[in-house]
Amino acid sequence: MSMLKVPVSAADHVQGPEDAAVTLLEYGDYECPFCRMAYPVVKRLQKHFGERLRFVFRNFPLREMHPHAQAAAETAEFAAAHGKFWAMHDLLYENQERLGGDVFLELADDLKLPTLALTQALEGGQFTARVRADFGSGVRSGVNGTPTFFINGLRYDGPNEFAELLAALDEAAEWAQKAATD
Amino acid sequence: MSDTQATAVSGLLAPGTKAPDFTLQFAPHQDFSLSELRGKPVVIAFYPADWSPTCGDQIGLYNEVLPEFEKLGAELLGISVDGPWCHKAFAEARHLHFRLLSDSEPKGAVARLYGAYRGADGISERALFVIDRDGVIAWSYLSPIRTNPGADGILEALEKLPR
Repeated sequence: MSMLKVPVSAADHVQGPEDAAVTLLEYGDYECPFCRMAYPVVKRLQKHFGERLRFVFRNFPLREMHPHAQAAAETAEFAAAHGKFWAMHDLLYENQERLGGDVFLELADDLKLPTLALTQALEGGQFTARVRADFGSGVRSGVNGTPTFFINGLRYDGPNEFAELLAALDEAAEWAQKAATD
Repeated sequence: MSDTQATAVSGLLAPGTKAPDFTLQFAPHQDFSLSELRGKPVVIAFYPADWSPTCGDQIGLYNEVLPEFEKLGAELLGISVDGPWCHKAFAEARHLHFRLLSDSEPKGAVARLYGAYRGADGISERALFVIDRDGVIAWSYLSPIRTNPGADGILEALEKLPR
């Protein structure tokens, strides 16, 4: 069973409370169609679990397969530096079929982010190392494709569908509760 | 393929064994020998076939992880029974930046040498080897045939090699 090698920290992009019963962590690629399919599933799960779920997103761009994946991930990191990671994360998935340089600027503009600074950040590789660090931690944790989910630090190998993920998260919450009361 | 076959007992060459040398075509009419890499750690990934979905994911993943292998000074070789022209088309389509070797004549000879041949199916197993700088096998792993084994085991083995 593969385990998460780098624990969730302040450096991560996190939604939900730190003391949530369950942490769902995704290694994803903005240009990957399977990640795009999982995106609304995660939203539904967050709605279902509310404050009981913490969601974490890490970058795993497959650069050779997806020519815009690395720049998309760096665009999201740029938005994060301006406090708008999740808004950009959502926009990138919602515009997956047309990702590219102009679209990154357009989305940044939509979020009132400085587009010239984004151009400079992408050209200068300001967030390249940050994205590579996520990738490296994923590979070492047994990520073998995208999306790969971890539930409370254990790799989830089931289907990325609502019902199956819901059941796995429920089970993990139950275990966590048992461990806390023992 | 049944699941019982997929979890066959490993007959792979074990750690501590000298890695048998071999010469295979890595491109049409171009030979490559393992011994050319002596002095460098080598990762060998035997895989069943070009183009099949799981292999694609595995080979595609290793292509993305190459910079991590390179940081550790290691060279990656992919080996299957596909011919050199097939490898060439596959490598071009997937933008692969490492050598794919053809274990096609006699079919599967190198896979057999490493205990990684699947005679019943006429393909190699999904098997991984990490070979140290002296040409000795440091780590080997037999994956269930339909499972992408990822790269975590390889990286861990490479990191454990004496510098």
